[in-house]
Amino acid sequence: MLKIDNINTFYGHIHALKGISLEVKQGEIISLIGANGAGKSTTLLSISGLEKPRSGSITFNGEDLTRMTPDSIVSLGISQAPEGRRIFPSLTVLENLELGAFLRNDKKQIKKDIEFMYSLFPILGDRRHQLGGTLSGGEQQMLTISRALMMEPKLLLLDEPSLGLAPLIVKQIFEIIQKVNKEHNITVFLVEQNANQALKISDRGYVLQNGVITLSDTGENLLKNDDVRKAYLGV
Amino acid sequence: MDVGYFFKLLLSGLTRGSIYALIALGYTMVYGIIKLINFAHGELYMIGAFTGLIVASVLNYAGVDPVLTLVIATIFAIIFSSAFGVTIEKIAYKPLRNTQRLSALISAIGVSMFLQNFVLLFQTSDFLSFPNLIPEFKFLAPVENYLSSPQILIYICTAIFLIGFTVLVKFTKIGKAMRATAQDSKMSLLLGININKVISVTFLTGSAAAAIGGVLISSQVGQINFYIGFIVGIKAFVAAVLGGIGSIGGAVLGAFVLGLVESFGTGYISSDYEDLFAFLFLILILTFKPSGLLGKSLKQKV
Repeated sequence: MLKIDNINTFYGHIHALKGISLEVKQGEIISLIGANGAGKSTTLLSISGLEKPRSGSITFNGEDLTRMTPDSIVSLGISQAPEGRRIFPSLTVLENLELGAFLRNDKKQIKKDIEFMYSLFPILGDRRHQLGGTLSGGEQQMLTISRALMMEPKLLLLDEPSLGLAPLIVKQIFEIIQKVNKEHNITVFLVEQNANQALKISDRGYVLQNGVITLSDTGENLLKNDDVRKAYLGV
Repeated sequence: MDVGYFFKLLLSGLTRGSIYALIALGYTMVYGIIKLINFAHGELYMIGAFTGLIVASVLNYAGVDPVLTLVIATIFAIIFSSAFGVTIEKIAYKPLRNTQRLSALISAIGVSMFLQNFVLLFQTSDFLSFPNLIPEFKFLAPVENYLSSPQILIYICTAIFLIGFTVLVKFTKIGKAMRATAQDSKMSLLLGININKVISVTFLTGSAAAAIGGVLISSQVGQINFYIGFIVGIKAFVAAVLGGIGSIGGAVLGAFVLGLVESFGTGYISSDYEDLFAFLFLILILTFKPSGLLGKSLKQKV
């Protein structure tokens, strides 16, 4: 479905991604784990077209994304819940969700989908007319994911959905990720520092270190891998 | 105290305020979306006035009814100013979008000078008389000492534009996209919002408002030249800053406050200091409320 082939992305003079290749297949949950500054977010921004790789290719169902604008990449069905949540603080919860469906025109179905998000995260339903900026961190994360789902994506990119959240909420969010993956057939590409949680729900995983992919295996095997356990699981 | 004089000043302050509001909207919207003070914005008002004058002169010559002339002249002014506004953004600001903010600001000052001199060369440096197209409303006869027909028309047009604009920003899809882009343009891109389109619509709406203001006030004052956009532009900019730049409600409030301050200042103190009052008041407000009347420093949760 998504194929990244040998991309090099630069931030000014910093060589952030050094020849990364990876693949995400239809229906999978894939994790990309790594420390701060390894290049995880850069990888996601490169997929969404906000960072342009200097060389290499990114294809989605055969279409080359590196030449497309961010909005046309979204229209292919790739939606991203970026790092830092980035909800719109002065818009209401409802307006945030409506903007998630910006490229859709089926008003009735959009309404139904908003109700569906409220059923996934009831707290968002209770706060629908509250401004996004007044939500707690966990609620904002729920809103970010819901907003990304409102696009009816084929591929959902999640950047550190567990960052800064209480364990109970992290658990809830990961359950929802699994649920939409299985029941709604949404392929998930997850970037996480919380390797334990991420690998548990992943079909496969990649380990990113200083802009290079050093390991790739099934989620299960990576959880057992000694290097991964030492570096990312604190064992 | 002379109550009649007070009301006269009050109403004339509201008239000034209306015109400032129409122009301040453009400043505050553009700032909200691309964080640029569009110093060429006053020139769009001037171009609106000149387009209105040219169209009105032709129609006048052809003997068209004044009211119809006013409507057609305003429509042409809106089209011309909007076209200029959108084109200026594409030529002078868009290529500089990812550079330092100062570059675009200097570009804006350049565009302002260019447009003034462009009109100076192709028209004239003299004041041109602008035909009075606004009919006398008979129902105003009992209060004609305080309130004139042009004033009423300016109030009504400003009110209609502000209501329409509020509906656009609050309830339409493009309005939501505008608000989203103003808050976080990168995230808006990730939602599939075409930022270039949002920016164009912003310039288009702001220029249209300036054009309406240009035609209305010129028709009331009766004369225009190439330089009228400069001082009005600066005043409207002051109004936008006064209210809190980036805030739409703030720009409108700032405009009316400024209009009233000027009107009462010139009426009760001295008209020699007309321009002084605006800037003095700005300094006062910014000393005590640096983000403006309705401006807020947004806090973001991490």
